[in-house]
Amino acid sequence: MDKITALIVDDSSVMRKIVERSLRQAGIELEKVVEASNGAEALVALQSNKVDLILCDINMPVMDGLEFVRQAAAMESAKGIPIVMITTEGSESHVVQALTAGARGYIRKPFTPDQVKEHVLPVLGKKQ
Amino acid sequence: MNTDASLVTRSHEENWLPILELAVEEVFEIMVGCRVKVAGQTEHKPNEEFTAMVGLAGALCGILTVCCDGKTAGEVAKSMLGDTADSQEQVADALGEICNMIAGNFKNKLAGTDGRCMLSVPTVISGGEYSFHSLAEGTSVEAVLLFEGAPIAVRLQLES
Repeated sequence: MDKITALIVDDSSVMRKIVERSLRQAGIELEKVVEASNGAEALVALQSNKVDLILCDINMPVMDGLEFVRQAAAMESAKGIPIVMITTEGSESHVVQALTAGARGYIRKPFTPDQVKEHVLPVLGKKQ
Repeated sequence: MNTDASLVTRSHEENWLPILELAVEEVFEIMVGCRVKVAGQTEHKPNEEFTAMVGLAGALCGILTVCCDGKTAGEVAKSMLGDTADSQEQVADALGEICNMIAGNFKNKLAGTDGRCMLSVPTVISGGEYSFHSLAEGTSVEAVLLFEGAPIAVRLQLES
């Protein structure tokens, strides 16, 4: 598998590290990890980084994950980049909102590395 | 905004303690890599040097808190991050995320809140010299669990 650049968006630095570790445990080789602590920072990061995958929380200050997904979907530079939500918001309505906005996957916290593998590999076009 | 009337009734009629305990057990087992054991509330009271809290609004309205002593908070952070958890900021961040995931896991297990209960971002207080006054003075559920022998108190306080 080619090495990828992942953008991890979460207001918790601890959670960003855990998500990165889970990606590595899932066998995904990371060329670079770009971190953002809210949706607004993530939009800025997308303008200056070539990103292959976005993992994004929903409940964040400044700009939440759903608004980020909506705005990223309208950005030319973000077209085609798969977005997977990783969030404590587990309701069906949140899942529908996220997928309608343009997310390609949805992982509920707490999560295992296997769940990350199960949801992330398909959106990268990789077999599990 | 108050807690949905039907959920207020349910909180009186149903025993939500096992649901809260299960939510805590799952978060620790999956994210911390450690099993926690349910403990008696009277014989195990944590020294509350760290308090993480997440607000609930909508169908459930109130606050969920996670309290423990400083050493335990540090051990939780180390279990989540490895030895890289070396600052007070990271310890607080880790405990805040634990609180956030317990709140989310609890409401996801509770039928009838689908999409109608929102969570705030976590807040963490460190230091024991404070008094906690919540405006949520309705139903209260408290679980005390042992993490490597040390008590962690998880409280859910709902507005009526």
